[in-house]
Amino acid sequence: MRFALHEHLNTLLTDAGIAVRDLAGKPPCLHIPVARWTATAKLAKEAGLRLVAVWAAQEGEGFAVHAAFAHKDHGYALTKTTLVVGTGAFPSITPHYVAAARMERVIHDLYGLTPDGHPDTRPWIKHEHWPQDAFPLRKAFAAATTMPRVEGRYPFIEAEGDGVYEIPVGPVHAGIIEPGHFRFLAVGEQILNLEERLGYVHKGIEKAMEGRDVMAGARLAGRVSGDATVAHAWAFCQAAEQAAGLEIPPRAAALRAVLCERERLANHIGDIGAICNDAAWSFMHMQCQRLREDLARLHRRLFGHRLLMDCIQPGGVTHDVDYDGIGLLLAQTRAVAAEMRELYDTYENHTPIRERVIDSGNVKTADAAAIGLLGYAGRSAELDSDARRDAAYAPYDRHQPRVAVCRGGDVAARLWVRFTEIQDSARLIEILLRDLPEGETHTAWRAPWSDACGFAVIESWRGEIAAWLRLAASGAVDRYYVRDPSMINWLGLELAAREVPVPDFPLNNKSFNCSYSGHDL
Amino acid sequence: MKLFRKILRTGVITEPPPQPAADVEHLGMQISELIRERYRGSLAIRMVDAGSCNGCELEIHALNNPYYDLERFGIHFVASPRHADMLLVTGPVTRNMETALKMTLDAVAEPKLAVAVGDCAACGGEFGVSYASLGAVSNVISVNAVIRGCPPTPLNLLQGLLAVLGSHPSGSGR
Repeated sequence: MRFALHEHLNTLLTDAGIAVRDLAGKPPCLHIPVARWTATAKLAKEAGLRLVAVWAAQEGEGFAVHAAFAHKDHGYALTKTTLVVGTGAFPSITPHYVAAARMERVIHDLYGLTPDGHPDTRPWIKHEHWPQDAFPLRKAFAAATTMPRVEGRYPFIEAEGDGVYEIPVGPVHAGIIEPGHFRFLAVGEQILNLEERLGYVHKGIEKAMEGRDVMAGARLAGRVSGDATVAHAWAFCQAAEQAAGLEIPPRAAALRAVLCERERLANHIGDIGAICNDAAWSFMHMQCQRLREDLARLHRRLFGHRLLMDCIQPGGVTHDVDYDGIGLLLAQTRAVAAEMRELYDTYENHTPIRERVIDSGNVKTADAAAIGLLGYAGRSAELDSDARRDAAYAPYDRHQPRVAVCRGGDVAARLWVRFTEIQDSARLIEILLRDLPEGETHTAWRAPWSDACGFAVIESWRGEIAAWLRLAASGAVDRYYVRDPSMINWLGLELAAREVPVPDFPLNNKSFNCSYSGHDL
Repeated sequence: MKLFRKILRTGVITEPPPQPAADVEHLGMQISELIRERYRGSLAIRMVDAGSCNGCELEIHALNNPYYDLERFGIHFVASPRHADMLLVTGPVTRNMETALKMTLDAVAEPKLAVAVGDCAACGGEFGVSYASLGAVSNVISVNAVIRGCPPTPLNLLQGLLAVLGSHPSGSGR
């Protein structure tokens, strides 16, 4: 995990006359006076840093607000500011970072701290039927509290004018998918604005983490978003291991990456098929679903679970692979990659699908950079970021991915990045398995001596997952914050939808395939 | 032409007839028989995610892949509860989905079946019961059957569907 940005940001802020306190240690963190919190964000923005996440945590009777930043060449930096006990507000950084908007609304909802200077203080996760004074992430709020239902209304953005109409969609969608609400403003076929209303699958994951031991914590983390269970479990474990100063065996790190790349293969392949299916090309859908099932079956055989749930635990991985297992994985990965090369060729020459995906749902590079779009959504709009390379966590410090970046920012570009990443994941799996270090696949977990923190980023198939964990002196989880890439990429879908007619929305939605569960927590 | 070549080369991969009773074809034939008898050959399912992590959805999706090809047994997924005979409900029911789930069930015509899918739907799973999660689906609506698993595999789902259809003659008389 690379924290070189910590020094850069420290210098930058000190030069600007901000009284920064360097809280060295692991992970290093910069303490910012609350009066200079917004100014810090402004300087970071001007220096070209990407906002990774903003979150809050309770410290004794008071609260602290944290923010993480990233830069392609320097890795990551953490900052925090402590609020005076009794204050119910903190300075908003949304004026400088659009992506902070929803994260600060969540802090408002769950901690009852008001972001001062935030342009939109409507509740987000806290739906209209929650009591106003319920703040679940405060320690005094018992997890099992039964909240009464109250009356309320969510004010959607409205538009007036000749022929403008609204289309409400969801929360129950017409398919086998997660729930959420979309409010379209349209004129004729053309979408004027898409407003997302999420939070329907808020299960209280952050609260449910409190007090868990790390083993139970990893199991829950693996269910933040079931389609990215490997990456989410890895993020949790890496944060826990950092907090405990635990080194995992090189073989375990390599196997984690093999699982994560296989997860990338399965999801990219499944989604490519599903995107084509949304443009009525069932041929590709059937081919891709077939390959996805092949992957799932081998996972079940070698790792005991079709989606690879609970295979990653604090300290290592649950399953080793023997010589035969490596052979099966290699053979299947090669075969699937070869079929996907062939299918890409078919796709590229199939005019009906190309007509639908080219120039549909463009996200401009400047807009993508402004919100810090992640994963294939960002890379398809020329944003060259990939946590595997930029954070250089093991084993990617030895085996770097070839980051696929292209211009266009449309459905076709998002598809191209995913087709390309399938080939690179196959290459990585090949290298990782051929070069698999000998030795153990697990180190016994030992809790840190006193309370401790860890911060980890993992590049899931969807994009960067950021996780911050604080363990109490007892070794139990005190606070787990996790930012799924969807928290940011949902904003990208809103931008893309403005460019398309209503019938092309499903195609665009699938091309982003954001997680509802990962967003809502 | 390339497309047809690929289709021909791929061939029919739908699972061949099996020996043990837990195989796709065997389960499917039994399901298909019940559907022919009790649902005039067609069972329409509306799937509702009431708070899942999306793991169950992936496996329900898999039922439609060419290995399982659920539609050949007379089961198809529909977009509206108005067209459905059965609701498949996943997830612990979140507080924020409670109303939507009840409304969806109300929109299904009688007679109807409701099946809770996955460990979360069965008992709340890893998420349990909290301020945000109401836990098992049966805490919110009445349920005819439960299919366990985290997530249930496509075969678990087929076995579960067979059990539901076998024990409930054309819908519950709720």
